[in-house]
Amino acid sequence: MSRFVRLGETDRPPVTLYVDGAPVAALEGDTLMVALLSGGGTLRQSEFGPEKRAGFCLMGACQDCWVWTESGDRLRACSTLAASGQRVVTSQPGASWPNHV
Amino acid sequence: MAEPRIIIVGAGPSGTRAAEACVAAGLRPIVIDEGRRDGGQIYRRQPDNFTRPYRKLYGTEAGRAQALHETFDGLKGAIDYRPETLVWNIAKGHVWTASATVQEAIPFDALLLCTGATDRLMPVKGWQFAGAYSLGGAQVALKSQAVSIGHRVVFMGSGPLLYLVASQYVEAGAEVAAVLDTSPFGARLKALPDLLAMPSVLWNGVALTRTLKRAGVMVQHGVTPVEIMGDAESGVGGVRFFAGSGREETIACDAVAMGHHLRPETQLADLARCAFAFDPGTRQWLPERDDDGRSSVAGVYLAGDGAKILGARSAEASGRLAALGDLGLPVDKGEMTSLRSEVGQYARFARGLAKAFPWPARQAPALPDDAILCRCEGVTAGDLRAVMRETGAQEANRAKAFSRVGMGRCQGRYCGLAAAELIAAEAGVPVEQVGRLRGQAPVKPLPIAIGDGQ
Repeated sequence: MSRFVRLGETDRPPVTLYVDGAPVAALEGDTLMVALLSGGGTLRQSEFGPEKRAGFCLMGACQDCWVWTESGDRLRACSTLAASGQRVVTSQPGASWPNHV
Repeated sequence: MAEPRIIIVGAGPSGTRAAEACVAAGLRPIVIDEGRRDGGQIYRRQPDNFTRPYRKLYGTEAGRAQALHETFDGLKGAIDYRPETLVWNIAKGHVWTASATVQEAIPFDALLLCTGATDRLMPVKGWQFAGAYSLGGAQVALKSQAVSIGHRVVFMGSGPLLYLVASQYVEAGAEVAAVLDTSPFGARLKALPDLLAMPSVLWNGVALTRTLKRAGVMVQHGVTPVEIMGDAESGVGGVRFFAGSGREETIACDAVAMGHHLRPETQLADLARCAFAFDPGTRQWLPERDDDGRSSVAGVYLAGDGAKILGARSAEASGRLAALGDLGLPVDKGEMTSLRSEVGQYARFARGLAKAFPWPARQAPALPDDAILCRCEGVTAGDLRAVMRETGAQEANRAKAFSRVGMGRCQGRYCGLAAAELIAAEAGVPVEQVGRLRGQAPVKPLPIAIGDGQ
């Protein structure tokens, strides 16, 4: 189930990106966060607790919404625009944390 | 003499007006902004291919937003504009910047910090669940992306933004389950003399309440939040709170927009070594400045909500004042006097807002041990209490070192003020004695490619 609900501006060209290898349909001008949360409920697993996370401040201050490129570059989902053919992963490549190794 | 090197950090209302004043004086300031587009948070611009008109995006402030954007557009050829660029340190007369690909140290003669604000948060048990967002974040979702943060949203907290964003959601067609205000309705009556400093803004606030009432949205005053209910996988499922009557109630929802007005982003002022003073009205440590925005450090100026929360209208005036003060050019004394008096009116209004929507300081020490205080690293209120017992820490930075509260991804932006209140109450000392979290470089995490290259 989606977390975000689109309330307008839906007449934009579609783009398809790949999240953890799976295709996600979004619209041109969407941030990664909107692309991911219009098609799903969460962005990532917390490193410090059992819960999934979905961002918090949407203005680049809390850093809760990090996702990664497949090569490991960190992206702030709230301030990075989704692009066609883009491939992102929701866990840090190569990293492991005590609560979900 | 060579032209002074002027750097303006921030392209919101105060940064734009500061840049405008510099350009009018024949100078070419560097304007550094983290945003992809100018406007700051309050007048944040939607992506190019969005089509909603100003009136729909900014409501009563549409005219101001449009004027500000047009001013900035007109300045672009006359300033050195660096969007999507983070200022992460200030040291030795240089501003240190990082963009996706470039890192630079830029010297300055004058530095205007127009760094804006973020939401002031009081943690509520369960605020780590997916679907809990800051009020400002909920507004950004709508304003810049035309989405609601959930299918059924509860607005919980206090302050003018609570009503503004809730009514914007209603008007955009979102389902608003309730507006739960922690401040008692009676507080507004006491605040009225100060709020009358800005009758038109006060009237706008009244109109927002009407919008909510007309839409049939439940609005409650004097509530005490107990818990954001939810689970680890699916996120927020509802809110539990004590109503003003003292009765416990729950409301089902899949999103919560929470916050208590705003707090200034003062880390750069701190790194620039500006002196801070405790502001009892907001219970925050704020950088000191004179009426024209001069900080305690020569050549460093502070304007807009990044210095003190006085609102966007005030930010335009204080940005212009800060730029005009020391340019060394003839200034219109009448204009300076009128700008100062304008800011004075906004300050009186802000005092009114602080009385009408008080920061619920007592909620912090009331957090149960198992409530998460630092949502970055999942540190609980009980963890912080244990650190205080075991180490005797009663100062913010010391408690941070032992507990990691304030050390995570957000660097204490969202838990720091509540942590200070909790420490103060537990230790039985005034909150100013707990001090403030020191600004640390980098003020935000650097882009990874650059960080790795160092």
